[in-house]
Amino acid sequence: MAVKDYLRERYFPHMWCPGCGHGTILNSLIRAVEELQLHKNEIVMVSGIGCSARISGYVDFHSLHTIHGRALTFATGVKLSQPRLKVLVPMGDGDALAIGGNHFIHAARRNIDITAIVMNNRIYGMTGGQFSPLSGPGVKATTAPFTTIDDNFDVVELATAAGASFVARSTAFHVKETTEILKKAIMHKGFSVVELLSQCPTHYGRKNKEGDAASMLDLQKSGTAKIGSKALEKNPALTPRGIFVDTDKPEYCEEYDKIIAHATKENIS
Amino acid sequence: MARQKLKEILINRDWCKGCGICVHFCPTKVLELDGKEKSTAVRPEDCICCRMCELRCPDLAIEVLIEEDGNE
Amino acid sequence: MSENIRFIQGNEACVEGAIYAGIDFFAGYPITPSTEIAEHLARRLPETGGKFIQMEDEIASMCAIIGASLTGKKVMTATSGPGFSLKQEAIGYACMTEIPCVIANVQRGGPSTGNPTHVSQGDINQARWGTHGDHSIIALTASNHQDVFNMTVDAFNMAETYRTPVVLLFDEVVGHMREKLVIPEEGEVEIVSRLRTSLGKGVDYHPYLPREDGRLPMSDFGGEHKYNVTGLFHDMWGFPSNNPKTVNELLRHLVDKIENNVRSITRYKEHFLEDAEYIMVSYGSSARSAIHLAKNRRAKGEKIGVLELQSIWPFPTEMVREKCANAKAVLVVEMNMGQVTAQVKAAVRKPNRVFLANRIDGKLITPADIKRLLRVIQGRGV
Repeated sequence: MAVKDYLRERYFPHMWCPGCGHGTILNSLIRAVEELQLHKNEIVMVSGIGCSARISGYVDFHSLHTIHGRALTFATGVKLSQPRLKVLVPMGDGDALAIGGNHFIHAARRNIDITAIVMNNRIYGMTGGQFSPLSGPGVKATTAPFTTIDDNFDVVELATAAGASFVARSTAFHVKETTEILKKAIMHKGFSVVELLSQCPTHYGRKNKEGDAASMLDLQKSGTAKIGSKALEKNPALTPRGIFVDTDKPEYCEEYDKIIAHATKENIS
Repeated sequence: MARQKLKEILINRDWCKGCGICVHFCPTKVLELDGKEKSTAVRPEDCICCRMCELRCPDLAIEVLIEEDGNE
Repeated sequence: MSENIRFIQGNEACVEGAIYAGIDFFAGYPITPSTEIAEHLARRLPETGGKFIQMEDEIASMCAIIGASLTGKKVMTATSGPGFSLKQEAIGYACMTEIPCVIANVQRGGPSTGNPTHVSQGDINQARWGTHGDHSIIALTASNHQDVFNMTVDAFNMAETYRTPVVLLFDEVVGHMREKLVIPEEGEVEIVSRLRTSLGKGVDYHPYLPREDGRLPMSDFGGEHKYNVTGLFHDMWGFPSNNPKTVNELLRHLVDKIENNVRSITRYKEHFLEDAEYIMVSYGSSARSAIHLAKNRRAKGEKIGVLELQSIWPFPTEMVREKCANAKAVLVVEMNMGQVTAQVKAAVRKPNRVFLANRIDGKLITPADIKRLLRVIQGRGV
């Protein structure tokens, strides 16, 4: 099947700004799905609110555009009630880790077989450029005119500590790497988290003098390095990319099936 | 190994928003933004078929059609 | 005649009703006085092949059941005041997206943490208007365990029929009290199954295009038809739209599908109403006291009756007006500051002959409490 067959073309051009990294992430994601030869009817995409959340309208899967921060909880209901479905949950940084932070750690703790994709552009774009819990200190935003003073979460460390059994990071610049990581994440049995650094030239780039979309992608290239690479060894201040966690742990739906097996047996006897 | 040869670079002008990512990162400077801020292949003969413009395009507006030339 | 007789709590009667109605999925979070519903379903659901999940909070529970409903399951959550407040945004989402689900709210005293282990009926208006924006909703209630069972089955049936969230407004006394429940045989009570589209592969399915009768056949997530579900105003394919015509039509549809069916949704019971000069309108545990008082006074020859409401929203305005037409006075017995009283005043011809008999101190209103006020209204002194 061609890549375009995974899109709802009638809703294009999409609503994202010129140079928005979210479009590139959509691009990488449908390529991952295409390369895995997944059946479109077996995929449910659940999203929350924000620029990132609009991604679910553009893919030709079962799509559920929900409320702010709660995408993972709707997704948990979908997955547990119909475990054969592949459930993809793209979220923005505010969606996933501010209003949705509690759900993020608990979905990871349960290790339910859902693929969470954090499209991290370090800003609330839809509402016009407020700082997010992933902005970090020293960032200019409409709600931080004198720069931010609060520290950011490290999504990889947070997801790992919370129990996610697959944790990875890449960027909108590293498109082939992103597709490869997403393929592994989607096929991973358990809760997988993929943080993808994205750019918001409109609200982040302009305010923080990072230039246009291309310059922001240059920063994703120069500011990151693969785990285990010489570059990272030389400069540990770079943001590491790659797969940080890939472990085999009991998956929630499979564990629940054991509860059903036990309960039905007990009921008969 | 089969050498890859460009058939055509298809650019969907309705979808392209002219962000310039493809222009900036093309290793052989095949693409430029035209007067209407749309990406255009001005030097297709220089294309090395890396398809990075297609993969990076945030508007999903580019498709690089490639001919597999099996003779070389 | 069924042999399946139980002596149980109201919360467990609700669970038995849900099982009878065919519940497949429950998500919840512990909260007094509804917790027993979650506890019993944690055991009962896997026994029937269903799924139970304890979520990380009230909001998550509400959202999880909506997600599960979309895969074709019958779903429910249970909560009480503070949790009901937290769920409101997601309840509005279910209204907007027309996803069948049942929310049991075993009422306790409020506002805020209030009086967790004591009775109240203070969430009547929250059930109606708790979520933001115009919408309509169904809310049912019950005063005894047989009716808790029946109303729970009804709630699941109505959720499917009207594609809407249905609120079960129980209260602490009914939830925790123990009494007899006779579980009907299979087939004895009607069960409404989900209306699914008959359209096959390759046919354009419109998830949000109502049929002539106003109903919208569904298609399960994971099935043949891929469509979009969004809390934004949307077109017949489920895609976001701010076209004024689309917005106008959808909002009217959301309200009309329920308000135009008040007669079919209305549930009530009459106790000695035929020649009643004084009518007590009540519901939930307070109706028990009203019925008790009416029985006692009837024995003494007083023409007193009770109109027991079992559906609160949409409010059965016409039915209440008809039933109360010949009453000298109407006494609304409830455990709040007059939430249903306001509705009854708006319904009857003589609103100045409608009085409130209430108790808001966490104690169940007694027949004696009601009688004191009745005597004043009757002009027979305190």
